[in-house]
Amino acid sequence: MLEFKLPSLGADMDEGRLLEWKVQPGDAVRKGQVVAVVDTSKAAVDVEIWQEGTIHELRVPPGEMIPVGTVLATLLPPGEAAPGPAPEPAETPRPAGRVKISPAARRRAQELGVDLATLTPRGPDGTLTLADVERAAPRVTPEVAPVAPAAPQTPAERVAETRKAIAAAMGRSKREIPHYYLLETIPLGAALAWLEATNARRPITARLLLAALQIKAVARALAKFPDLNGFYRNERFEPAAAINPGVAISLRQGGLIAPALQNADQKPLDVLMGELADLVKRTRAGSLRSSEMSQATVTITNLGDQGVEAVLGVIYPPQVALVGFGKVTQRPWVDQGQLGVMPTVTASLAADHRVSDGHRGALFLAELGALLQHPQDL
Amino acid sequence: MTTQPLDATALRQAVIDTLLSIAPEVEADLLQDDRPLRQQVDLDSMDWLNFLIGLHQRLTVDIPEADYARLVSLADVLAYLSARIR
Repeated sequence: MLEFKLPSLGADMDEGRLLEWKVQPGDAVRKGQVVAVVDTSKAAVDVEIWQEGTIHELRVPPGEMIPVGTVLATLLPPGEAAPGPAPEPAETPRPAGRVKISPAARRRAQELGVDLATLTPRGPDGTLTLADVERAAPRVTPEVAPVAPAAPQTPAERVAETRKAIAAAMGRSKREIPHYYLLETIPLGAALAWLEATNARRPITARLLLAALQIKAVARALAKFPDLNGFYRNERFEPAAAINPGVAISLRQGGLIAPALQNADQKPLDVLMGELADLVKRTRAGSLRSSEMSQATVTITNLGDQGVEAVLGVIYPPQVALVGFGKVTQRPWVDQGQLGVMPTVTASLAADHRVSDGHRGALFLAELGALLQHPQDL
Repeated sequence: MTTQPLDATALRQAVIDTLLSIAPEVEADLLQDDRPLRQQVDLDSMDWLNFLIGLHQRLTVDIPEADYARLVSLADVLAYLSARIR
């Protein structure tokens, strides 16, 4: 029997409310399938499963608040038969010591005032399940209301929740991560001329934004600087195998989410642009997938549209770097001894000094600048 | 698909509806026609592109990127579109 647990959906999320099951017991599931919808403090997220098999039991009913790591469901691996109907209460010998119980069942038992010792476990391995608790409930306190359906949050409550989540993650970042910051002004004459010529030949629905070029260039540069792409956990750095930049997207009601664009270094610009547009749309509509919430290996933020020169970012833990872009600005520029006017952008790097040093960071920004001089190769 | 001739009111409504699909929190009555739209409504470059794609699809009008610079205020957008639609 396999267990399907609520995955972490980012550093700022340690619990969520199950909104909906997308599967029923008996359904076959495959890797990557969306099986449930969970509301985090920021957004409703489609939770994917990464195991294969047949759903055996749904352990948590919709409406429940559940901590990360809670077993949401059990499933049978391919080829394994369902255990027969739970043996009737025939004196299941209770193992001495701790009662095995799912977190949801424990909480429900507390709510209902059910004494765990009076219950008969029918779950696998003698585990008390929510169903066991529910079965015991009616004869205990009939007037106890059934689990109240989650009251719909008001926009103000949602904003407050979002701020709390951001406060937790950013507070942790500033407490734990010794940041260092570097800035580099990058000429964009070649990139913007290439974009203009490329977009002039395209219908509006296929045009590229500078943001797509910036993301691709960052991802390509990170391939040479693995010490800026990964996680700092348990007092050590774990480089990430893939380059999945989390793209900071502001929410219209306030706050932001930085869902991942997966394997951005390997995707053609057109594909990346399409995925970016889709990601922005789904972030604002509140239909992100759990893998997008949890698999970012670095963050990119672009505040250029808001008209600022540069961003000094706060790293999203456990990541170790954040790359920022300011607005495109015309500056006097010397090129081969000639003074001219050049569109430029200030790129910034905030990085974790436990993992890399300013020297490495400077080389990274130089590589980023060099890549942006050859947009046709991105 | 043929383009229906639109009077000024209908065109304005189509533009506002497109804008609201990108930025649902906008209060259309408070928009000032002669002020830069992106400052009034906080549209980033992705929102702006989606706004123009929405206009393109709703009104079947082509908007070359070279013309973006002329589309600053709501009045600019309305004048541009009414000239392109007929």
